[in-house]
Amino acid sequence: MLKIEDINVYYGAIHALKGISLEVPEGEIVTLIGANGAGKSTTLRTISGLLKPRTGTITFEGKNIAGSPAQDIVKQGVSQVPEGRRIFANMSVLENLELGAYIRSDSKGIAQDLENVFQRFPRLRERKSQVAGTLSGGEQQMLAMGRALMSRPRLLLLDEPSMGLAPLLVKEIFAIIKEINASGTTILLVEQNANMALSIAQKAYVLETGRITLSGTAKELSESEAVRKAYLGG
Amino acid sequence: MDSFLQQFYQQLVNGISLGSIYALIALGYTMVYGIIRLINFAHGDIYMLGAYVAFFATTVFKLPFFPALIAAMVVSALVGVTIERFAYRPLRNAPKIAVLITAIGVSLFLEYGGMLAVSPQPRTFPALLPTGIFHIGGVVINSYQIIILAVSLILMAILTYIVHRTKIGKAMRAVSFDNDAARLMGIDVDRVISFTFAIGSALAAAAGVLVGIYYNSIDPLMGIMPGLKAFVAAVLGGIGILPGAMLGGVIMGVVEAMVSGFISSTFRDAAAFGILILILLFRPSGLLGKNVREKV
Repeated sequence: MLKIEDINVYYGAIHALKGISLEVPEGEIVTLIGANGAGKSTTLRTISGLLKPRTGTITFEGKNIAGSPAQDIVKQGVSQVPEGRRIFANMSVLENLELGAYIRSDSKGIAQDLENVFQRFPRLRERKSQVAGTLSGGEQQMLAMGRALMSRPRLLLLDEPSMGLAPLLVKEIFAIIKEINASGTTILLVEQNANMALSIAQKAYVLETGRITLSGTAKELSESEAVRKAYLGG
Repeated sequence: MDSFLQQFYQQLVNGISLGSIYALIALGYTMVYGIIRLINFAHGDIYMLGAYVAFFATTVFKLPFFPALIAAMVVSALVGVTIERFAYRPLRNAPKIAVLITAIGVSLFLEYGGMLAVSPQPRTFPALLPTGIFHIGGVVINSYQIIILAVSLILMAILTYIVHRTKIGKAMRAVSFDNDAARLMGIDVDRVISFTFAIGSALAAAAGVLVGIYYNSIDPLMGIMPGLKAFVAAVLGGIGILPGAMLGGVIMGVVEAMVSGFISSTFRDAAAFGILILILLFRPSGLLGKNVREKV
């Protein structure tokens, strides 16, 4: 579904992604793990069109989307839940969700998806007219995910959904990610919490200072000595 | 009524009507700042442009007041969008100071280009509306003051509706809050910026037309002082905050009127800029501004 080939991304003079290639097959959960500063978020931001790769191609459903403006990529069916959630804290929960559906104009479909989001995240319904900035961290993560789902994406990019959440909430969020995947959305998950990520993914890539150093099925990687030492705490 | 109170009410009326002009201009400053963090110093000149468009619409094309007002707003909106497209957009990723200097350049271009095009001579703005003077309890209210206030309030109500109730308005707030997150929603940020310039410029043009009618004289440099004062008004209310611009504008107008009425009109400008110094010293985020709290 998504195929990245040999992309190079720079921040000014800094070479952030050094020839990354990866593939996300339709229907799967693929995870990208790695330490802080390895380039995980940069990879997602490049797929979403917030950054332009200097070289390389990003093919989504057969179309090269590398360098396209972000709004076109959202229209193609790729939606991102950014790191740190980035909800619109000064707007209501409902307005945040409406903005998630910004590219759509089918009001019936939007209403239906809004209902789906509220069913998946009942707490968002309770807090529908509350200002989003007053939500707890976990609720904000749910809002960010619900907002991304409102564009009805076929590929969902998740950037560190577990960040800053209590362990119990992390479990809840990961269960929801699995549900979203089960209902037909392909997922590319970036995580520092490698344990959790490998437990729900089919395929995994390890990113180190801008390069993919390891890849394989999630099972293979969670059994690999190198990964265990570096990311799974022995 | 004793004469002090009568004078006070009189200046209050004058101040509110002057202040609603400042408010209209300040809204454009504050919206553009909210979206691209730029103090658009050419904004006061758009106000001048609006006045001239209405002048020619009424003198050459013989349009009545409302069509002339609409024409001024439309033409200025187009000019505002064009300025953004060709002067500011190429500098989207440049350092802020480069864009700021460009804005000053655009301002000078409009002022002196305006002199070249329409001559530096002040022109007499035609009396487009019937004049009437009302005496209410010793306070004199000019019919123009009522029109200024009414037009300003209607425009502000329309703006508030757009920003809070329409899709493009929500997109504006989203871009203003978090540009990248807005792009991830599929919002075309460039389009939202163009729209913001269009609305801001239309409001400034309306202010220019109203001032033309009120003082019945316009000239190519008429935008400098009101532009700066509206900027102070925007800072006073809290730059980037729409109700702040409205409040700041009215306060500025009232303070100026009071200083003119009770002290001397020569101190009027000093009072206006004194407010800027005070607000920067004691409440730099403005009256309605607050330190943004973020939850991580």
